[in-house]
Amino acid sequence: MSAVDNTPGSGGKSTGNKPPLSKERQQQARRRVLRTILLTGGVMGAALSGYLPLAYGQKKRLRPPGALDEKDFLASCIKCGQCVQVCPVQAIKLADLVDGFGVGTPYIDAREQACDFSCDAVQCILACPTGSLTYHKPEFLPVRHGAALAAKPILLAKETDAEPTLNLKERIGVARLTRPESCLAIQGKGFKGQVQGPDFEGRMRYMSVDRWKPIKIADHPYDVAECDLCARECPIKGAISIETVFAPDGSQRKSPVVHEPCVGCGVCEMICPVEPTAIEIVPREVWRS
Amino acid sequence: MNDIMKRRFRDQILVMFGREPTKPAAISPKAQEIHLYKKGNRDFIAEKLHARAHANPSHKWRNRRWITLILANLLFVVSFYFDIQLLEGALTASRFVGFHLIDLNSALQVMLAHKHIINNLIIGTGTVLILWLLLGGRTFCSWICPYHLLAEWAEKLHVYLVKKKLVTDQTIDRRLRTISWLFFSLLAVATGYTVFEAISPTGILSRALIYGAGVALLWVLALLVFEVFFSRRAWCRYACPIGLTYGVVGILSPVRIKYTLSDCFHEGDCRKVCLVPHVLDTVIKGRAIDTEVPIGPDCTRCGLCVDTCPTGSLKFDIKGLSKLL
Repeated sequence: MSAVDNTPGSGGKSTGNKPPLSKERQQQARRRVLRTILLTGGVMGAALSGYLPLAYGQKKRLRPPGALDEKDFLASCIKCGQCVQVCPVQAIKLADLVDGFGVGTPYIDAREQACDFSCDAVQCILACPTGSLTYHKPEFLPVRHGAALAAKPILLAKETDAEPTLNLKERIGVARLTRPESCLAIQGKGFKGQVQGPDFEGRMRYMSVDRWKPIKIADHPYDVAECDLCARECPIKGAISIETVFAPDGSQRKSPVVHEPCVGCGVCEMICPVEPTAIEIVPREVWRS
Repeated sequence: MNDIMKRRFRDQILVMFGREPTKPAAISPKAQEIHLYKKGNRDFIAEKLHARAHANPSHKWRNRRWITLILANLLFVVSFYFDIQLLEGALTASRFVGFHLIDLNSALQVMLAHKHIINNLIIGTGTVLILWLLLGGRTFCSWICPYHLLAEWAEKLHVYLVKKKLVTDQTIDRRLRTISWLFFSLLAVATGYTVFEAISPTGILSRALIYGAGVALLWVLALLVFEVFFSRRAWCRYACPIGLTYGVVGILSPVRIKYTLSDCFHEGDCRKVCLVPHVLDTVIKGRAIDTEVPIGPDCTRCGLCVDTCPTGSLKFDIKGLSKLL
């Protein structure tokens, strides 16, 4: 043992009776403790500050189809972006630091690029490794009233297929005519030209063009006598229609009307030709009859 | 494994959790013999060879590691950019030609926060667990983690500034990492949010590389600035719970660095380049408990010490394989 005891080296804690520390050493030790507290506080503070955007956030994010309720979604999302990678129209984006705990989680900005289900099978759900996006919500998680769809939504694009439905049980939001005053249908106006202008990057699948290849909406100009784009391009059967309604003054006019099968995909919001859009998805909204 | 080795094995686990390494309580007779011999004798030929080796620093392992790290991260980027579906996702969770791979610490956070574990999550976590069990636990840190590479470059700057006497390395208590691991685990259970994932520089960098830069990179920058001007490799050394998770995996891993006592000159160059110098306490004169000592689980198997050692006293070793050969 003598060889060990004689060796030089920094003082270990192995000896029971430590020599008293010098003033300088004491000060160094104190500073070290302070630094440790500083770094601990810094790391934990930075991490916890991620809660602030959740508490004060005004804007709700529209999550991809099959998403669990927001709290469970944030708990289970591993922030890998595999849903982003499989989306054929790149509708899914990842949130940044301003989303706090939601940094790196997927969301859809429907006006810029909506989910038009051109993958047919809701690929993002298939890609999710943690069940944040899921076909089968676990039993113990409640379904909010009005979030459940009355029936599996029928995808118009595959209406003639053997299995025409999408495997979705809940909606991600509901379309709302938030600016009826600017709606062209209500004004009885038509629309001619490119939706959101020639530089618009948004893409969509047009069955009349190519079932498996979404094209730029800018490359598919419209010319309609009476605007019905939201109802015309809605990918879900029976989710929206142009109806004749009575205005408060008793006069008749046309208006888009959203129905129960609406899943909240956002195609109507993307395809609305007025700026800002007359119809919008209210994220995580439930159906109120 | 004899008693002396068993004790060291246990000690090294405690050292990983933050205890300061201590002088060994017992040393094998053979190692004792070498320690005593070194006290009274000088080997002039060996010293010459040693001096010559110092003149030719090697970067073999560093280069291999950097190439591996860059290629692994590039594979994610290329896979998405060209849509070749080779390695989809990010470092937190991915799919390699269809096989689920899920980062252990991210998986842990999600399991604790969500409290519901689906099959894909189990498969991906299990695969990665076996992978790093075989490859050496914290091997992940130095061979894959993109933050590690940036921090390594920041460290060079820090060491330069220290040499110029412009900054000093402010050390911090290593037990902080264990506390931070517990804190974030408990927080995930209690709040149901994967709080650590929001600030994990590994996840932030991986996503920034694949999906484009964002404001979150400012946090990574802040960490790097802290490391350059204040405390050397602070995040990896004192804070990152990912390192501890993989360190625990590395306890049983066959891949490690092995120290050979006989040729060592005890200069401590290896400890100067090491990210986790507490695992190299065994190279201090008189500390080695045996003629050959495996380095503990907190070692990231980065190989900088192997490159630096002029006598070849530190080498990569695969437990059992050398016996087999």
